Amino acid sequence: MAELLRRNGGMLADGLVDHLVLTGIAVGVGFALSLVLVLLIVRSRRLAGPIIAVAGTLYTIPSLALFAFLVPVTGLSLVSAEIGLVSYTLLILVRNILAGLDGVSPDVVEAADGMGHTRLQRLVGVELPLALPLIVAGLRIATVTTIGLVMVTAVIGQGGLGQVMLRGFSLRNWDLVYASLVVMVGLAIAADLLLVLAGRLLTPWTRRRAA
Amino acid sequence: MTHATARAATVEFEHVTKSYDARAAKAGTPGAVNDLSLAVPAGRICVLVGPSGCGKTTSLKMVNRLIEPTSGRILLDGVDAATRDLTELRRGIGYVIQQTGLFPHQTIEDNVATVPRLLGWPKARQRARAEELLAVVGLEPAQYARRYPAQLSGGERQRVGVARALAADPPVMLMDEPFGAVDPIVRERLQNEFLRIQEQLAKTILFVTHDIDEAIKMGDLVAVMQDGGRVAQYGPPAEILAAPASDFVARFVGADRGLKRLSLTRVADIALSPAITARVGTDAADARRRTLADPFPYLLLLDAGDRPLGWIDQDRIPDEGLLDARHVDSRSPLLDRRTTLKDALSMLLDDLVQAGVVVDRHGALLGLLTIEQVMAFMRDTAVDSAGRDVEPGAGAHG
Repeated sequence: MAELLRRNGGMLADGLVDHLVLTGIAVGVGFALSLVLVLLIVRSRRLAGPIIAVAGTLYTIPSLALFAFLVPVTGLSLVSAEIGLVSYTLLILVRNILAGLDGVSPDVVEAADGMGHTRLQRLVGVELPLALPLIVAGLRIATVTTIGLVMVTAVIGQGGLGQVMLRGFSLRNWDLVYASLVVMVGLAIAADLLLVLAGRLLTPWTRRRAA
Repeated sequence: MTHATARAATVEFEHVTKSYDARAAKAGTPGAVNDLSLAVPAGRICVLVGPSGCGKTTSLKMVNRLIEPTSGRILLDGVDAATRDLTELRRGIGYVIQQTGLFPHQTIEDNVATVPRLLGWPKARQRARAEELLAVVGLEPAQYARRYPAQLSGGERQRVGVARALAADPPVMLMDEPFGAVDPIVRERLQNEFLRIQEQLAKTILFVTHDIDEAIKMGDLVAVMQDGGRVAQYGPPAEILAAPASDFVARFVGADRGLKRLSLTRVADIALSPAITARVGTDAADARRRTLADPFPYLLLLDAGDRPLGWIDQDRIPDEGLLDARHVDSRSPLLDRRTTLKDALSMLLDDLVQAGVVVDRHGALLGLLTIEQVMAFMRDTAVDSAGRDVEPGAGAHG
């Protein structure tokens, strides 16, 4: 073990950092894009069907096929990887944000309107905060899924820990294969716990039930 | 009250119609309102009461334009609500709904400060106002300000809802079944507290309920509505009970409207009759002579401060000597001027001497209330079978 780390520790650490960056960009951009899409849907409910249909279609494309398809267009690049990774987060995030907004009690929405919130004030001040538990749940699924998918981008020269794993395969160094897997699973668990914690900090009202 | 806010507005509905089906502009759709005209004077509570689907909530929501009228106008202090900026209009109207609509993610203090926050008040002023209002609705600020709605009981949440609606001191308040979601005991307490608050604030309040008892209790004016948002009768509660304008109103107020009138009328509304009285330590023979000369067979013994001690049967008044508290052989319930006739009558029916002793706030005798007087009052203020109008119970509503 110590030997493995001494020989490959640097490679694993680099892989971990790459993995984090790829995941961070994918979930970050995916979340921002999803918010924009949800805003469009909130403005015009008719867009909900088409947007979710497109996101759903993207989600069903096998990841290997999607990356292979992108290479002729955007090359063996970070952009190719992120296009694919972001695409996969959209369905989860859009659906969860929407479900969160739809779950806000009609009484609360009516009270907000009745007291003179503008539409934006209502969304930002009332509806999005109340949707947070479901938004965080969506972010957790998207993050853990993306961490797994980043592995696959190794086939187009990215991949973070996926690269390390491929290296292990080609060298028939099974310890390295397992080590990269263990680090990736650790990363997924840590990211998930972090999001749970952040979610709890952001939603103090859900923890303090009747005294 | 002395510091009654000058800021109360009149509310007038002018031929307001809301139809939900363009093809059938007639009444019939639940929630539809057909040619509603109604004027609410400033500073009064007007209760819209009627069966579900009669359009009362629709009427209410057209005031703050959560629902836009199909035709007609609603004037606030003479200004057409439709011409005003929507958010500005709503921030100037307090709004309380049955399920409170409190924001679960905000503390009680932040909930109460909602409209001040939207209006851009400085933070410190928002907080001071929230604390002031929590105290007004009977919630200790130090204890409640930092809690979340989920940590409060239903009754406490309703109080917060009222405080939140009052936050920016709006001249008009809309209350949609504000006490409908709490148990009867809490509801009664909230009603009483709200009437006490309103005595000081004197807001113009539109209050929706389906409960005729609540309407009679809360309303300075009651509009009984029937399907299609038509007003079957509009007037002070005593008038509606004494002289229902139609069979619909009579049925809606219920067969016990006589009893309801009793609960609406207070002892102060009736002329009391004098009692034969004597103070402790005065001559018994004189008191006996006076009592025997009167058809009412009891003497009321008073202490030195004119506070009633109890009755002495005319046959048991001593022939000589001085009167003494030991001579008292029965007591009657003491009534004050705020006691309702319903409560008074109930006590009288239980009592040996069927005359209620009415005292002022210091406990001194004001006069007697007998069952006969209650009956006479009811007879005099009722309408005869021809539907002739009669004077409403004067100032019947406290």
